[in-house]
Amino acid sequence: MLKKDFDNAAILPLITEFEGVPGALLPILHRIQETLGYIPQQAVGCVAEFLNLSRAEVHGVISFYQHFRQHACGKHILEVCKAEACQSRGGRELDAHVREQLKCDFNETTTDGKITLEAVYCLGLCATGPSIAIDGKPYSRVNEQRFKQLLEQMS
Amino acid sequence: MTVRIYVPIDSVALSLGADEVAGAIQIEAIQRGIDIQLVRNSSRGMLWLETLVEVETEQGRFAYGPVNPQDVKSLFDADFIRLGEHPLFHGAVDEIPYLKRQQRLTFARAGITDPQSITDYVQYGGYVGLQNALTMDAETIVDCITQSGLRGRGGAAFPTGIKWKTVLDSESEQKYVVCNADEGDSGTFSDRMIMEGDPFMLIEGITIAALAVNATEGYIYVRSEYPHAYASLKQAINTAVDKAYLGENILGSGKTFNLNMRKAAGAYVCGEETAMLESIEGKRGIVRAKPPLPAIQGLFAKPTVINNVISLATVPVIFSQGADFYRDYGMGRSRGTLPVQLAGNIRHGGLVEIAFGITLRELIEDFGGNTESGRALRAVQVGGPLGAYLCDSQLDVRMDCEALQQVGGSLGHGGIVVFDDTVDMAQQAKFSMQFCEIESCGKCTPCRLGATRGVEVMDNIISGHNVQQQTLLLKDLCSTMLDGSLCAMGGMTPFPVLSALKNFPEDFNLKSVPEAG
Repeated sequence: MLKKDFDNAAILPLITEFEGVPGALLPILHRIQETLGYIPQQAVGCVAEFLNLSRAEVHGVISFYQHFRQHACGKHILEVCKAEACQSRGGRELDAHVREQLKCDFNETTTDGKITLEAVYCLGLCATGPSIAIDGKPYSRVNEQRFKQLLEQMS
Repeated sequence: MTVRIYVPIDSVALSLGADEVAGAIQIEAIQRGIDIQLVRNSSRGMLWLETLVEVETEQGRFAYGPVNPQDVKSLFDADFIRLGEHPLFHGAVDEIPYLKRQQRLTFARAGITDPQSITDYVQYGGYVGLQNALTMDAETIVDCITQSGLRGRGGAAFPTGIKWKTVLDSESEQKYVVCNADEGDSGTFSDRMIMEGDPFMLIEGITIAALAVNATEGYIYVRSEYPHAYASLKQAINTAVDKAYLGENILGSGKTFNLNMRKAAGAYVCGEETAMLESIEGKRGIVRAKPPLPAIQGLFAKPTVINNVISLATVPVIFSQGADFYRDYGMGRSRGTLPVQLAGNIRHGGLVEIAFGITLRELIEDFGGNTESGRALRAVQVGGPLGAYLCDSQLDVRMDCEALQQVGGSLGHGGIVVFDDTVDMAQQAKFSMQFCEIESCGKCTPCRLGATRGVEVMDNIISGHNVQQQTLLLKDLCSTMLDGSLCAMGGMTPFPVLSALKNFPEDFNLKSVPEAG
């Protein structure tokens, strides 16, 4: 996987607009991840200094929330809903099928670096599941055939 | 003559190809030289019909659905803009029984308007409530909400009037209103539909709440799994600020209220109100001990009103139609209407807003049309991942907070997930423990460790190891979690587990459920 180095000069321009925002840590982390795809280790110190927090506090927040990634991800993010409403409509079978097709487990990336597979607990599409999201775009009524089509469309 | 055609922009419609349908309609219309105006409306909530395309005529709006992109050509071939015969035709939208039988107060505009059009919103009764509230003092506003009998729709069903009164009576230079839009329960989507489909109604409700308690700052905490809802609300807030419905000097009243948005980051426990406050403050979403109540020491230690999306979205109709109008719906202590979400393995899944008091069976059979798979119904989970699994013989219970509690259930956020007879209830019980293991904030030991032990015990039961003894252990563990956890995460995870065990013992390799000694 691509390794990049980030220094304060790369991180700081992303976060300066949050100066004075109360409780700005989550918005800052979102901004970094939206821009870089994940929150690199180097950003922790920079953010901690900016908010006058300890590195441990910043790391603690990053590691608490499932949405924040600490490592670079694949070109696409594939989220598969694992919650009850989707389970009742074939979600468990789709979950197994997706892992088998991609030959990777949740929180892993396919060997070609194309897709990072993540579990999600509810996309709010509970009457038309099983549901997935690809790079934030929702798809429901996903059976094996539809998944195959979606997979082929991903470049 | 220009024909107006509606294609919903709700996430469910998008997930079934609504953008592609909209694109295909426009291309086809151009190619055939037909003059159309395409409107992206909100969803009617008849989700099995999505993508539901509507055509506006002098006789009202008519529905075609579910429309897939490849159906568009045949719709034009059938001259659907003049209501030509087509297998997907459903007649006049308002006459569809699923909609006609509902009592839509909060979802009055669902499917009718363009969510981002403040003109549409005002034309269909929007901002009347705020205008009325601006003529009242804070005490009168709080009295009105108390009179309406509104109780929190997030899950705890706490009387909204009492909460607002507590904040109003708390002395502080700074107070906050926080809208909990962290709708994490599987089987629920009513908050999402409001945020995507009628965002100004939510903004209006939050603004009235702010006037009620003299708060000048507010936050909406939206889950990151709802990117479309987040974008929709953000755009609507900007419009509301431009039109002086938010910000300084609201509608010339001299009142100020600033509304901010916060994006969550995938932690279910942040739907718990104090964990949510921690998260907005930029910390780990760890549950706080109560007291102090957030109404007295909430966000940044200031008095804070915290309400769920549906609670706040219901406020405008109470102030436009009156507290009595709202209170006259419902039963017992559950007043008004409940937006029920029919989900899971159900033929006609979607949103049903109806007065409290309808039975679960009426909802599932009459509205829902039973299972989508056509197999026998086996289990129904009401109230999200922390709600009990009910069996067929319990479905005559009325939708009312107290009635559901009597059968060991909880109304929660009004989500109903239907399972057919292929479900393995021991696996569902195990999943409840797994979910708690993943989502526990870690503060309380019974929740943090109990969930892990719970998964192990369930594995033993499923593989048939010492089942009688392991079942006793499971019950003991559940009682520890129930009594020893600060919030509903650990305190209610035993509900689905124990109800599965009680109502479906045959799935647990058990002939009878042993009594805890």
